[in-house]
Amino acid sequence: MTGNQAVVRVENLHKSFGELEVVRGVSMEVHQGEVVVMFGRSGAGKSTVLRCINFLEDPTSGWVEVDGIRLTGGHRTRAKREQIRQLRIRTGMVFQSFNLFPHMTALENVIEGPVTVKGMAPEPAKELGMRLLERVGLADKAEEYPIRLSGGQQQRVAIARALAMEPKVMLFDEPTSALDPELIGEVLAVMRDLAMGGMTMIVVTHEMGFAREVAHRMLFFNDGIILEEGTPKEIFENTRHVETRKFLDAVL
Amino acid sequence: MGAETARPPGLEPRRHPFWDRVEAIGLRIPYTVKLVAVWVALFLVLALAFAGAHFDTAWMRANAWFIIRGVWVTVFIAVVSIIFSIILALLGALGRLSKNPVPYGLAGFYTSFFRGTPLIVQLYLWYLGLAQIGVNLGGVWKTYFVLSAVQAGILGLSLNYGAYMTEIFRAGIQSVPHGQSEAAEALGMTYRQRMRRVVLPQAFRVIVPPTGNEFIAMMKDTALVSLLGTSIAWADPFRRATLLGRADFRSLEALVVAAVMYWVLTGVFSFFQRKLENRLAKGYVRTSGAPAPKDRRPRFLPGSAGGGQGGGGMMVEIPEPDTGREAPPG
Repeated sequence: MTGNQAVVRVENLHKSFGELEVVRGVSMEVHQGEVVVMFGRSGAGKSTVLRCINFLEDPTSGWVEVDGIRLTGGHRTRAKREQIRQLRIRTGMVFQSFNLFPHMTALENVIEGPVTVKGMAPEPAKELGMRLLERVGLADKAEEYPIRLSGGQQQRVAIARALAMEPKVMLFDEPTSALDPELIGEVLAVMRDLAMGGMTMIVVTHEMGFAREVAHRMLFFNDGIILEEGTPKEIFENTRHVETRKFLDAVL
Repeated sequence: MGAETARPPGLEPRRHPFWDRVEAIGLRIPYTVKLVAVWVALFLVLALAFAGAHFDTAWMRANAWFIIRGVWVTVFIAVVSIIFSIILALLGALGRLSKNPVPYGLAGFYTSFFRGTPLIVQLYLWYLGLAQIGVNLGGVWKTYFVLSAVQAGILGLSLNYGAYMTEIFRAGIQSVPHGQSEAAEALGMTYRQRMRRVVLPQAFRVIVPPTGNEFIAMMKDTALVSLLGTSIAWADPFRRATLLGRADFRSLEALVVAAVMYWVLTGVFSFFQRKLENRLAKGYVRTSGAPAPKDRRPRFLPGSAGGGQGGGGMMVEIPEPDTGREAPPG
């Protein structure tokens, strides 16, 4: 299932906000076609690591590599800003709060990246956009503005928007945490389809059922480090650390 | 929920039954009728006052057109100045939001000085002060720095209003949630693309209503340019009214004509501003195509409408950016 080529590599990543060190030395590799779930208590640093991968947060030290582009944090020169942009083009991001552009229809949201960033012509972009909206089951909502969509529908549009850039890896930052319980399923279903289609995915989530079913590997974050790592089977059935056990008992 | 309703039963203040009947009759009269009655009464009082001053309506009819014809000067100066103001405000706002000390510092000086000094002083600075520099420098500077009254007026109004509108634009840009910028960044957009495609279109919804107010205020402030002594060819209604009124000792009549002209002008622009606001609500209204909520206050009146306060056309609350008009210069 998983290839050998590492799409994302993170080496000895540290991130501090002022005095507070949120990430204290994280290294990880994600291979082509792999689905990695990062889980743990809030404040454990999992979202911060995810946001460092596409430089929405600037790493304090360590480096990140996506599809062969290796970058460190620090001052952003013009050349570095361009490298970060290239890295982001290869990275799709789905946010907890969807962050759809409210002044654009669902279709316009999806084609915004290809048209503005990649310079794709409007006609092929629209075809691509409709294909992606169909894939997330929202072709009939193409002309609706986000405010008229439910949270689940908005998040599915957001997934289509990220996919439109044809990224090498998809990053999901708690994609279902802002949703009403009855809307979580439709978003997870889309994510499951993506995983089945061979997309490389890093998912920060509390949805342990989804993790058990879809993840190839799970990383338990505790206090800014990866405390435990393993397949879902290992994590759920042969938990090694007492902290992991305590967390799983609390959420399951 | 006045104090009366809070009184325990039996302690209501006594009132003659006559007033109860008056109140009952009053309740049957529609709100609109009452409102019209108030306006009619107001105009009657004004008419009486004017009649007492031997108001010369014949003079007014004879000269009104001459005064009103100056309106193109008002509109020309205001339109040209608002365009420059918008450009300055956008640059100022991006400067105020920049992490780079150079644009931040420049924008800070700009807003501080032009909000901290009276508009009329600034106008005289450009008209008289700048001319002095130009004359002393000599040569080509004379042609650049010695400005006509209208040029100085446009420069002064643009810079002054640009400084106030910098705060409007800054607040508008800041009202766009940070997640929007992040989503645009995550797609790989550059700063320019992010601003142009994502942030500014959303900020404009917040920026347009107060900018409309500024434009309406500016149309009135164009009258100050007359004080620089504009030529007759460029005389606006206020200048025409004062010149003619003084000459014929009909200042009241002349100024009333000018005042009504400004009033109608601002009313017309308030009306268009409202239309524009409604169009900008697209994508923020759940039920598309629904009419704006009914509001019985007539919106086209400058005093009540200029504001966009209460956002008649929109269904969502939009934070009214603080223009800092009342605040001390920062």
